[in-house]
Amino acid sequence: MKLAIASLFIGLASAWSPANDASSSRREAISKTLAAGAALASPLVSNAYSVPDLPYPYEALEPYIDTPTMKIHHDKHHATYVANINKAMEGKEEVPILDLMENALDAGPVRNNGGGHYNHAFFWSEMAPPDVAKKTKPSDALAKMIDSSFGSMDEMKSQFEAAAAPGAVFGSGWVWVVLNNAGTKLEIVGTPNQDNPLMKGVKDEIKFPILGLDVWEHAYYLKYQNRRPEYVSNWWNVVNWDKVSENFAYVSEKKSGVPVEG
Amino acid sequence: MSGKKVIFDTALRASVNLQSSKLPSELTKSSTALFSALSGVKATLPDLPYDYNALEPAISAQIMELHHTKHHQTYITNLNAAMEKMDSAMINGDVSAVIALQGALKFNGGGHINHTLFWENLSPNSDYNEGGTLDKALKERFGSKDGFISELTATSLAIQGSGWGWLVYNPKTKMVDIAACPNQDPVEATTGLKPLLGIDMWEHAFYLDYKNVKPDYVKAIWDVINWDTVEARLEAAK
Repeated sequence: MKLAIASLFIGLASAWSPANDASSSRREAISKTLAAGAALASPLVSNAYSVPDLPYPYEALEPYIDTPTMKIHHDKHHATYVANINKAMEGKEEVPILDLMENALDAGPVRNNGGGHYNHAFFWSEMAPPDVAKKTKPSDALAKMIDSSFGSMDEMKSQFEAAAAPGAVFGSGWVWVVLNNAGTKLEIVGTPNQDNPLMKGVKDEIKFPILGLDVWEHAYYLKYQNRRPEYVSNWWNVVNWDKVSENFAYVSEKKSGVPVEG
Repeated sequence: MSGKKVIFDTALRASVNLQSSKLPSELTKSSTALFSALSGVKATLPDLPYDYNALEPAISAQIMELHHTKHHQTYITNLNAAMEKMDSAMINGDVSAVIALQGALKFNGGGHINHTLFWENLSPNSDYNEGGTLDKALKERFGSKDGFISELTATSLAIQGSGWGWLVYNPKTKMVDIAACPNQDPVEATTGLKPLLGIDMWEHAFYLDYKNVKPDYVKAIWDVINWDTVEARLEAAK
């Protein structure tokens, strides 16, 4: 901290040195100094990861997901995973959060907090306000794959809801629609805690999520309490199928997980 | 059908020779009635030993009522359903079905056991018996009551996802200890350790009151622990 203050003084003083006689370069010198001072003042933690902004206001998913839940879920729960993964990755090479997923099972903090960060970033991006969501639909390619994998969209939703039922994922976890490793069909899988199917060892093979639902109690308890099935069946109203179709196109082509913001 | 049927009720087994050919004919005729009785008494929701608002402000009446009448009740309902299916599977000698039911039994049976223990180890009256059996055991293992509280707090907060923090009695070491179990895994059945005090760390146990601030919930719950029950369990376990 003292170093930061000292460098600020020196830097600011130099802004008035004869070498900087034009005021614009003085302004530049000052802002550079302040930036350098700030960097020195902040603790040496890798801030590689950050909570991405929601692509819609907190209240946008009402009445299906309530505003207080969106606030706490995004600003507190997701933020905690980000803070913890930053701590865990201090001093390590900065890589996109997606890249940490494959070997996440090697390290507890990465599995829980890296997984938590990825899963939530993925989650926010696939939802939209109900009036927007209802105008979206699966692409032709996705619709075809849904039909060949499940029979129909209704059948897929029904299987998804069964997988999300209390007791099916047991305690806390997520339910996903994934593309299998060979890229030949879609499947529905549940994962516990903050695991996801991109992590080697979680399922029999790495699978690529195109759609996921948080069924941790914090995701729905304020509005639905124990009524998880109601939360799940209401959730379809805020699914952005255009984004899900993009996810499908991406994973089909790249055989990799969808990158996320933050 | 060879007539061989597996009989689970031990009293019945004693009174009726295990050789099925020796089963009295009246019994084989009424075998449906016979076997429907074998699963024993169905699980039922125990009454709380205090009113829903008794543990305020540590735990709100709203949470207590939801937790008891919805969550615990659901475990019981699903446990009874799983037990019924288990009966048919066992009667039919369907080993595959028996195995397939294990997950549901552990989850719902564990949920029932854990919550029953939980209600009993909470109380508006948290008198503590200084110098008693429990106090001595805690001091022996943790140095002090506060040392114990500190450790169980840390263990409970460290649980990822859903689970329970426990004070347990270890019959091998003959000492008390701390354990954490995921989901609704029942501590005795899965570890052999005997449960003395449980803290429910599932989000439903605290979310409406504390949201994401788990540490405040665990700090507050120490105000409503029924130390007498914990001590009685320890004495029974020894």
